[in-house]
Amino acid sequence: MSGDVPKIAVEELRLAYDAKEVIHGITFEVRRHEILAVIGPAQSGKTSLLRCINRTIDFAPHARVSGTIRIDGEDVRRVRDVFALRRRIGMVAPLPVGLPLTIYDNVAFAPRSSGLRRRADIDPIVERCLRQAALWDEVKDRLGSLGTALSGGQQQRLTIARALSHQPEVLCLDEFSIAIDPVTTMRIEEVLKELRREMTIVLVTNLTQQARRLADRTMFLWDGEIVEIDTNEVIFSSSPKDPRTRDYVLGIFG
Amino acid sequence: MVRKERAEKAARGVFALMAAAMVVPLVSIVAYLVWLAWPSLGWEFVVDVPRRGMTDGGIWPAFVGTLYLVALSLAVSAPIGVLAAVYLNEYARDDWFNRLVNLAVINLAGVPSIVHALFGLGAFVYAARFGYSILSASLTLAIMTLPVIIASTREALASVPMAFREACWNVGATRWQTIRAVVLPNSISGILTGVILQVSRAAGETAPIMFTGAVFYKAVGRGELLPYGLDEQCMALSMHLYTLATQVPNVKESLPYATAVVLLGSVLLVNAAAIALRVWLRGLKKW
Repeated sequence: MSGDVPKIAVEELRLAYDAKEVIHGITFEVRRHEILAVIGPAQSGKTSLLRCINRTIDFAPHARVSGTIRIDGEDVRRVRDVFALRRRIGMVAPLPVGLPLTIYDNVAFAPRSSGLRRRADIDPIVERCLRQAALWDEVKDRLGSLGTALSGGQQQRLTIARALSHQPEVLCLDEFSIAIDPVTTMRIEEVLKELRREMTIVLVTNLTQQARRLADRTMFLWDGEIVEIDTNEVIFSSSPKDPRTRDYVLGIFG
Repeated sequence: MVRKERAEKAARGVFALMAAAMVVPLVSIVAYLVWLAWPSLGWEFVVDVPRRGMTDGGIWPAFVGTLYLVALSLAVSAPIGVLAAVYLNEYARDDWFNRLVNLAVINLAGVPSIVHALFGLGAFVYAARFGYSILSASLTLAIMTLPVIIASTREALASVPMAFREACWNVGATRWQTIRAVVLPNSISGILTGVILQVSRAAGETAPIMFTGAVFYKAVGRGELLPYGLDEQCMALSMHLYTLATQVPNVKESLPYATAVVLLGSVLLVNAAAIALRVWLRGLKKW
């Protein structure tokens, strides 16, 4: 793909659960190797947006989607192999979900479900992902113990390792830091800065300061509509285009 | 403050008393039965055949018959019930079909066993031409236990947090991969418990098998392990108990009670095994 096709191009995306529309036709792009932060109050459609991108929205029985989402120019709603699509996207949930498996199996789950069987193939993937998630040194001696026995911050890094295990091109994080302490959050933020060289990152966050620290650009989503999307210099300046952005960033509302 | 404490104590006392009251009937039933059954009880009683026109001897044909009926009926209803529940809970959307099946399951679970018996008679004995046989009786019992197995399996599956499934889907796993790797391993103890609890129901029911394949008496060798063919009628403990208690004159007094103790004992044994299995599987559970 040529460099000027955006990594993700969303056009007129609408999402309704039954009769209630929660995303009202939004259009934006995510550029290659950028970190795009999505900020906005609860119920503004941030999580739903991520679920549309990796099509786990298909599992929500009453959801209706219209508009297009293109990854590298390919419409995600028309891909034949939706499981392969999901493997191109890493997804990290707000609360760390250690699958009730060992640390090793948590990370090996995706490689295995895509068909790898031999330990010699899987071992390097597990080590690489745990290293990338800055967890390797803490767990390398107990890969066989349960993922759920780790602390909250470690579990969240484990879910990041799991999200990296299928070598995604895009990493989506959904408020990854709400259940973990500030120190661990800083460590993961460092990890994300590293990962950005290899992939494109969409960071949904409640913390405007986190968006400010990490992102190249920030999108302010409110009640299913984009209030403003621009570079951090503009969004976090004293005069963004929309006064609501300034008020939200300053903590006057939201 | 003091008054509150007194009220608290009184409430606690009442609740504890009610809980204890639960134990009283159970203990008295068992004690009463064992007391009256004592003269006949023993290994010999289980493996011997009825003698002197069923007024003496043992219960082997009925014991084996019940074993057959329970094993066969669960061999049919457990796989169907568990697979149906997996479909309903993991695959089906919440649409009219799912609701219809749900309604059917709930209502089927509430149908009295005598109605199941009549259905079994019409469907298996006559329509399917299986005749009065172990096959007909087992299938009737299977139909009876099926809805409860579906309901208990669904409950076990639903207790696995949704977040686990979503985490699997997010890494590109199919529904089946998700079910096999995460959902089933974490619900298997609940599923098995639900299935095993149906053993006692299948073993205790009299009406369904009386209509479809159980007989008063059938000559069987003492301790013979495979006395019946699928197309034959058989004796069963629940039916035998009814026969001894009401139909046969001059039965040795301890005989029906001993039969009841064996029936109850077998059921309790199976339930105890279920609890042990559940504890063991819980230990394997990883969250």
